[in-house]
Amino acid sequence: MSDNQFRICPESGLQFHKPAEMLMRAHAVVAVVILLIGGIAALLVTLTRWPAIHLLPADRFYQLLTMHGTNMLIFWMISFEIAVLYFCSSTLLRCRLATPRIAWLGFALMLIGIIVNNAAVASGTASVMMTSYVPMPANPNFYLGLILFAVGALIGCFVFLATLVVAKDEKTYEGSIPLVTFGALTACIIAVFTIASGAIVLIPTWLWSLGYINHIDAAMYRIVWWALGHSSQQINVAAHVAVWYAIAAIVFGARPLSEKVSRVAFFLYIAFLQLASAHHLLVDPGLSAEWKIFNTSYAMYLAVLASMVHGLTVPGSIEVAQRAKGLTNGLFEWLRKAPWGNPIFSGMFISLIGFGFIGGISGVVMGTEQINIIIHNTIYVPGHFHATVVIGSTLAFMSLTYFLIPTLFRKQVAFPGLAKWQPYLFGIGMSSFTLAMMGAGTLGVERRHWDMAFTNSALGFEYPASAFTLMGIMGISGVVAILGGAIFILVTVVSVFFGKSVESESSYGISATRLMRADPVVVPEGGHGAAGKWGFAAPGTFVLALFFLAIFVLYYAVNWKYLASVWPMS
Amino acid sequence: MSAIQPPAELVWWKQPLDKVEGTWIGIALVWSLFMFFMMPFWHIYGKQNLSSEAYKTTPQAYMAKTQAMVDQYTVRTETAAQLPVVRPPPGSDVYLLGRLWQWYPLLEFEKGQTYRLHISSMDWQHGFSLQPVNINTQILPGYEMVMTITPDTSGEQTIICNEFCGIGHHTMLGKIYVTEGGQ
Amino acid sequence: MSEETTNSGEPVRVPFMQRVLDNPFILLFIGIVFPTLFYIIWGIMEIVNIPIAP
Ligand code: HEM
Ligand SMILES: [Cu+2]
Ligand SMILES: [Cu+2]
Repeated sequence: MSDNQFRICPESGLQFHKPAEMLMRAHAVVAVVILLIGGIAALLVTLTRWPAIHLLPADRFYQLLTMHGTNMLIFWMISFEIAVLYFCSSTLLRCRLATPRIAWLGFALMLIGIIVNNAAVASGTASVMMTSYVPMPANPNFYLGLILFAVGALIGCFVFLATLVVAKDEKTYEGSIPLVTFGALTACIIAVFTIASGAIVLIPTWLWSLGYINHIDAAMYRIVWWALGHSSQQINVAAHVAVWYAIAAIVFGARPLSEKVSRVAFFLYIAFLQLASAHHLLVDPGLSAEWKIFNTSYAMYLAVLASMVHGLTVPGSIEVAQRAKGLTNGLFEWLRKAPWGNPIFSGMFISLIGFGFIGGISGVVMGTEQINIIIHNTIYVPGHFHATVVIGSTLAFMSLTYFLIPTLFRKQVAFPGLAKWQPYLFGIGMSSFTLAMMGAGTLGVERRHWDMAFTNSALGFEYPASAFTLMGIMGISGVVAILGGAIFILVTVVSVFFGKSVESESSYGISATRLMRADPVVVPEGGHGAAGKWGFAAPGTFVLALFFLAIFVLYYAVNWKYLASVWPMS
Repeated sequence: MSAIQPPAELVWWKQPLDKVEGTWIGIALVWSLFMFFMMPFWHIYGKQNLSSEAYKTTPQAYMAKTQAMVDQYTVRTETAAQLPVVRPPPGSDVYLLGRLWQWYPLLEFEKGQTYRLHISSMDWQHGFSLQPVNINTQILPGYEMVMTITPDTSGEQTIICNEFCGIGHHTMLGKIYVTEGGQ
Repeated sequence: MSEETTNSGEPVRVPFMQRVLDNPFILLFIGIVFPTLFYIIWGIMEIVNIPIAP
């Protein structure tokens, strides 16, 4: 029935279905507004943790930290991800979106949930941090808002799955779904598990806060809550890896080195990534070493293996594409001559490097059962996850947004000069921010803590001066990163709401056209490695990967050595 | 643009890998397995392993045990609130509790001796963070965790609460004093 | 089942693993069952089995 509701974007060749397009726009706009709110909270929180400024009073600090955590980690990320899911199904498969009305219902629930939750936090009766650990009570609307949001997001996931079914039935494509859609499917599957766990833990907690249930066990709560809290990070990982592949394809015309390897790597995510929720429970009472080791290692680090594979194949595919264009000198000409002034590419590449080198390595190290003893709940932890979820996911989504402004919103990117610098400001500011936090955490500085000088405590404690210096560096770098974030919001808001339309025509009214398979691989003369070196198609990427591994091994060893200096315990 | 298009081949499963991928997968797999086996290895040969010994308890029962120890082994009091400093005999069961916003009691250990340190919470969740030695664990109400520790440095260690526990969270400190052996 | 035809009518034999990866609902099943079993259920069993303090 909904034929003739399509248009084709002349620049990108993508085909948009009108209802899907409206939904994507709505989700993306809400996401950016949330990013703004979370960003304002970030500024105030950062200025409070910067010891020389120590801006807010304690109650405000804990309130805004709660607001920052829920808005950023849950509302910004998942709202944007639903837009990505619709893009990867309806747009990439050239298919109508299944049940747009139900999708709008999901959108409405998400929006209401965001408002209800934020109102509860703003009232000052829900400063419990996003984790809302029982038995610390919050205003019931805090949980209710999260539950409504989760139900809305779950509806989005099912609309995505239904669209895959429609596309297959209506044969809009042939063969297998595109790799990027497969990555989105991975994110969707993880999201279903995440949201279901969220419902299992938050609905009883909500009833408890209303007085219908009188006890919630703290240990049980933590297990199930982290199936929500950590798995939602894994949605982000799967989604931003999909975005990396998409941008490599869009900017360079890169093709995956091998469909099989990349898809199996996503499959390892589906099966094992979510086990890592155990990262948060490594020093909890009563859980056995077997449970901890099996789960924290994603069953023998199979999901880490998968990330290391994506970390090679994404830049590797770019290298192969660049070499095919003749950039074959030395190991790195392909990288030097990449379009560093294009924020779509530079943001994506900084996201990849920051996620791997800072977020990935620190995550595996602190997720090691015993090493967690020296890291749990120190400010090292937010240091780690700002590298994954901010440099990794958020920056990847920002890059994608620069592509979506002209294609999805049909607007020219405003302030192109600022946009060009934005990924650098954000990425480099955040890198320095996360490294300073990791350093301070290694010195024992705590997370979620208003006063590292302990001025009002009967028993004092003094951190070494270097810990204060590192927290100062964190403050300065955080402000730089926030500036980068503010530029992003300025550019998107001005482009989308006040910007000039793109010149080319793209109007609705055509019926769907069929999606073509990729062109067959042309094996270069002399075999696959001919444009590379040593028989490797992507030798430069391989050298980078070895460099990554060397740092990984070194840092891993250093942490075991540090652990060995701690009091013996068993 | 093939990552956003269906694969060129209808059957892509049988396509050969490039050498760069095969080599890297091999290296990464070896490293993954190494990291995995490092954890059981440390359980056998390493000295820093958190025990999984834990019990279900109630705030009242745990408070009673703690108070019995305090009554028996207090050696002095500190601060305006007259917090007891307890010096339990080496090898004994030592009870520490976290509550809003205090660690109770203060402890005094002897360097090189081993203690069975029990920790639980009377109310909300707390975090046990011993600084500067840097040992961190999660403390839950209703559960009593037991770790067998051997302080091998002398001097003053501070217990900082590192789980958010309300408005007084950042004031929640405690102490473990470690004296030189043989005193 | 392993035979599939393309839109242009040529029949192809799709290997088992590729068929698994091409089926979103098998993947959804695996992605829910694995973590539920290994992480949630196993973890809850351990908590349930913690003894009462002597
Ligand atoms: C420029 C941007 C940002 C800055 C400067 C910033 C800064 C901070 C700071 C200072 C903290 C407090 C650490 C503590 O005291 O425990 C924090 C916590 C946090 N941030 Fe950010 N942040 C930024 C962006 C983001 C983004 C984009 C996300 C998610 C996508 C995010 C997620 C979180 C989370 C989940 C917490 C932990 C809250 C909690 O402990 O409950 N942040 N951030
Ligand atoms: Cu506390
Ligand atoms: Cu606390």
